[in-house]
Amino acid sequence: MITWSQHFLMALLSTCRDILPIAAIIIGFQLLIIRRPLPHPKKTLIGFIYVLLGITFFLEGLDMALFPLGKLMASQLTTPEFLGIDISKQAIVWQSYVWVYVFAASIGFATTLAEPSLLAVALKAEQISGGTIHAFGLRIAVSIGVAFGIALGAFRIVTGTELYYYIVVGYVIVLIQTLFAPKQIIGLAYDSGGVTTSTVTVPLVTALGLGLASTVPGRNPLLDGFGLIAFASLFPIIAVLSYAQIAHWLNKDSRSTKS
Amino acid sequence: MLKNPFLRQLFSSFLDLVPILAVVLIFQVLVIQKPIPNVVDLMTGTLFVVIGLTLFVQGLEQSLFPLGESMAYAFARKGSLFWLLVFAFCLGFGTTVAEPALIAIAQEAASIASKAGIIEQTTDAQDSYALGLRLTVALSVGFAILVGVLRIIRGWPLYYLIIGGYIGVVVMTPFAPPEIIGIAYDSGGVTTSTITVPLVTALGVGLATAIKGRNPVTDGFGLIAFASLTPMVFVMTYGMLR
Repeated sequence: MITWSQHFLMALLSTCRDILPIAAIIIGFQLLIIRRPLPHPKKTLIGFIYVLLGITFFLEGLDMALFPLGKLMASQLTTPEFLGIDISKQAIVWQSYVWVYVFAASIGFATTLAEPSLLAVALKAEQISGGTIHAFGLRIAVSIGVAFGIALGAFRIVTGTELYYYIVVGYVIVLIQTLFAPKQIIGLAYDSGGVTTSTVTVPLVTALGLGLASTVPGRNPLLDGFGLIAFASLFPIIAVLSYAQIAHWLNKDSRSTKS
Repeated sequence: MLKNPFLRQLFSSFLDLVPILAVVLIFQVLVIQKPIPNVVDLMTGTLFVVIGLTLFVQGLEQSLFPLGESMAYAFARKGSLFWLLVFAFCLGFGTTVAEPALIAIAQEAASIASKAGIIEQTTDAQDSYALGLRLTVALSVGFAILVGVLRIIRGWPLYYLIIGGYIGVVVMTPFAPPEIIGIAYDSGGVTTSTITVPLVTALGVGLATAIKGRNPVTDGFGLIAFASLTPMVFVMTYGMLR
C-alpha cells in the first residue's frame, strides 16, 4: 500500500511538472499583459486540480490494467508461432497476418473512443454548434477513421511498401473532399486528425508497430516501426469529412421528399 | 442533487471504456486463448481510468474551457495583436517542449540516427540531437498556433494553410533522409497533449466568437490541425540540416 501510494504521488508530481509550463504561461500573461483578475479564480483552480487528478488517475489506471495487457497481446499476435507460418520456408504473404489487422482495427477504434482530447473537442463542437453536431456521432466517425488507418498501417508494415505513397494519396483524398464538404465541418474535421493520437492510442499503437516490424522478416523496426501514428491522424479527417458529406446528402433528400 | 450529474458522468466514462475492455478480453480469450493475467490489477486499473476520465471532464467544463475563452475575450478586448501572437506562440512552444510523448519519440529518433551513422555514437551526440529535435518540434507548434490565430483574426480560409502545409510535406519528403521520414510523420501526431487541446480549442473558438464577422464553427477550429502539420515539415528540415 505504501509503495503504491508513493508511486501514485510520483505520477501526480510528474503530471504537475508537465503542466507547469502551461500554468506559468497563463498566469504570466494574465498578470503582466491582460492585468485583469480571473472571473472565478476559486472555481478555475478547483477545476484545474480536477484535471490534474483526472489525468493522473487515468494514466495510472492505464498503466496498471490496459497497457501491459495490450502490449503483451500486440507481441503475442505478431509471433510466427501464433500466426502458424514458418519464416524460413515460406515467403511471407500479407494474408497470414489477418488477425493482426483485425486487432489493429479494433484496438484503434476502442482506444480512440476513450481518448480524452477527442472527448474535449467533441464536447466543444456540440456546444457551439447548438447540438447540430453530435459529440458521440463525431467520436464514432473519428474512431472508424483511426481503426481503418491503423489496420492499413499494419498492412503497410507487413508488405513493406513506402509510407510516402499512402500519405500522399491520403492528402489528395482530403483535398478533393474539402472541395465538396459542407464548409462548417472542415475545421473540425482537420482538427479531429490531430487529437486522436495522444495518451491512450500512442503507446499501444507504437507497441504494435514495433512488434510487427521486428517479427516480419525483412522489416527493420527502426525504419518501418514508425508511421502508424501518421495513419491514425490522417484517416479520421477523411472519415469525418465523409460523415458530414453523407449527413448533408441525407438531409437534402429528406427535405426534398417532404416538400 | 449534486451527486446525480457526477454519477451520470461516471457511468458514461465507464461506457467509453467498454470497447477497450471488450477488445482486450475477446482477443485474449478467443484468439490467443490464454487466461487473463492479473485480474485484480485489471479491475482496479479500469476503475482508476473511469474515475480519471470523470474528473477530467468535470475539470474541463469548469476550468480549461472557461480559462481559454476568457483569455481569448480579454485579448480581443485589449486589441493588441502583438501580445496575442506572443501568447499564441508561447502556448504552442511551452506546452510542446515538455510533452512526454515527444521526449520519448525524440530519444528513439536519436538512437536511430546514431545507428544509421548520421551522428556520432556517443550519448552526448544523441542527447544534443534529441534536444534539437524537441526544440524543432516545439518551435514548429508555436509557429503553427501563431499563424492559426492570425488566420482567425484575418479571416483567411483554413484550407489555404492546410494545403500549403501538405505541399510542404510532399515536397520535402523526397529530399529528407529516409531515417527521419517515419519519425517526422509521427511527430505531427504526438505533439497535441490532453491539456493543450482543450485550451487551444477554447482559445480558437473564443476568438472566433469575440471577433465580428467570424463564425465559431467555421473559423474557430483548425488550430490543432495546422499544429500537427508543421512539425512534419520542420522535422524533415532538421533531418536534412544535420
